[in-house]
Amino acid sequence: MNFLATLAIALKALRVNKLRSALTMLGIIIGVAAVIVMIAVGSGARAQVEAQIKSLGANLMMVFSASSTHTGARAAVGTTYSISEDDAYAIGRELSDVIAGAAPSLRGNGQIVFGNNNWSTTFYGVTPEYFDVREWSLAEGRFFEPAELNGAAKVAIIGRTVATSLFGDESPIDQVVRIRTVPLTIVGVLASKGQSPGGNDLDDVVLLPITTARNRVLGATALAKSRSVGSIQIKVREGVNSQVAEERVRELLRQRHRLQAGQDDDFTLRNLTEILQAREDSSRVMALLLAAVASVSLLVGGIGIMNIMLVSVTERTREIGLRRAVGATGGDILRQFLIEAITLSLIGGLVGVLLGMGGAKLIGALAGWPIQLSATATLLSVSFAAAIGIFFGYYPARQAARMSPIEALRHE
Amino acid sequence: MSAPLIRIAGLAKEYRLGETLVPALQGVSLEIARGSFVAVMGPSGSGKSTFMNLLGCLDLPSAGQYWLDGEEVSRLPDDALSVLRNRKIGFVFQHFNLLPRTSALDNVSLPLLYRGMTAAERHTNAVQRLRQVGLAERMDHHPSQLSGGQQQRVAIARALVGNPALVLADEPTGALDSRTGIEIMALLQQLNREGITVVLVTHEHDIAAYADRIIHFRDGRVVDDLTNSRRDAGADLAALPAATSA
Repeated sequence: MNFLATLAIALKALRVNKLRSALTMLGIIIGVAAVIVMIAVGSGARAQVEAQIKSLGANLMMVFSASSTHTGARAAVGTTYSISEDDAYAIGRELSDVIAGAAPSLRGNGQIVFGNNNWSTTFYGVTPEYFDVREWSLAEGRFFEPAELNGAAKVAIIGRTVATSLFGDESPIDQVVRIRTVPLTIVGVLASKGQSPGGNDLDDVVLLPITTARNRVLGATALAKSRSVGSIQIKVREGVNSQVAEERVRELLRQRHRLQAGQDDDFTLRNLTEILQAREDSSRVMALLLAAVASVSLLVGGIGIMNIMLVSVTERTREIGLRRAVGATGGDILRQFLIEAITLSLIGGLVGVLLGMGGAKLIGALAGWPIQLSATATLLSVSFAAAIGIFFGYYPARQAARMSPIEALRHE
Repeated sequence: MSAPLIRIAGLAKEYRLGETLVPALQGVSLEIARGSFVAVMGPSGSGKSTFMNLLGCLDLPSAGQYWLDGEEVSRLPDDALSVLRNRKIGFVFQHFNLLPRTSALDNVSLPLLYRGMTAAERHTNAVQRLRQVGLAERMDHHPSQLSGGQQQRVAIARALVGNPALVLADEPTGALDSRTGIEIMALLQQLNREGITVVLVTHEHDIAAYADRIIHFRDGRVVDDLTNSRRDAGADLAALPAATSA
């Protein structure tokens, strides 16, 4: 007996008991839909964290000048200057086995003015390493040239938000803006990065050569003398354990700052990647947990199928006997009931996929969560549903196939 | 008719009932010629049902041999028996055993499904058999829309659709009123005249009278094997006062 004929019998049997078939499928439908929704929400959350890591630059670590504790009251991190440009170069040079780059930066706030427009923003004095460490690329224009760094040239590279605020749709390249009365020629515009994990607009930024920032814009002579910087951003080499790198950097800085054992660090080290990695891990665990819970409902749906198939086999004992009498082999009967169970679970699975996709989109729209539908998860849950059909359908089908035709025919 | 359709030698069957072995059939030997019409009679527990199950290849004997259409079938594996039933034997049951919510046509073509025939071939054959039993008009009816006699005709069409050598009828008139019963017997006689061997189980002497050989079972043995000059069911039917036909 061919497969299509068996399938036709199975479909017919399911059609005859429409309500029962629908209720049996419901378990699988809910299970599959739940799995799909959970995976969509879970992987959406993870994708968001991943995007954030990317926006920061991969494997990023930051060193801040520590708060001073001289007067007993701690000042905020980064407001005093205990680390210097030379610390950054030392890190880059001496720890090149674990560090891919170290970029010193000086930070300041101020109005940036162009014609009648102005915009309040944060500016950073940076070296060329900064672009690599933070993984900035340019939308237009160029990076700083060495001569501009050495000569404290009055040039700037601006972020997308600043560009839009001041220039609208026009190109800012070669336009002259002012920060704290210093005229700066814009030589480049950064490619957009979006939001930071903390919700800050990463594109709301102006980058200056570090020399320009220190000597011309911030203008603090004390700073100029010590070549102090507010922070050093460090990119850890690919494949290097970030904790190992962190320890090496700490060790080097303590040595350079001549700190005795037992003395507190005069700098603060933050391993951003690690923090985000932890968040990603926890969201992955959450997604797995949710998917596991959803799979339980799939399992329950499978048991529902087995239950109904057992009832169906008992109910149709005479039919089985008759089919055996007119020439069905035990295998024919087994296949008939197995295909019936698989059809139930597959149709349930497909309906569940559609429902799950719709549900995920709806949740995404209502709750404002990022949703990521995955083809793998879809395929996996449908095959899982089919597998459940086979697994839970096999026992009832075997019961049917093993019936003695005589007993089955005599069944009332 | 050279070789007999059925040859049975020392056929025995025991059932295990708890600790004890219950002999249901104790060494039956007989032959049934092609084209004959045999009635099997006997009280409950006489072994006639066991005999019929063995004839129908629904069960295997504990001992003895069974040749059906020249082939020794008493030791065949289950799948081979299924194929044998499908090709050589047509069953007619007391309670029709039609699939509910399934058209007469689909019921009749059921055995062909297990032969791997195409849908078109199945349809052609089933239509032809339904015509033969006089139900050409009701092919799309479900069993619940048919009278008992009509249902039994559908069942007979189903038994015939595979061109079997043997039709086994287990009390085919048992669930029908006497007039309809005679109609069914007339149909079976007609099919028999067309060459099909019929073996029939019945309690009723009136029904057995339409066969040309009557075998009596008692305690698992054949106690009587008589030749009978068959009554013509068609003539009996004509003699009956006209009634609303089934």
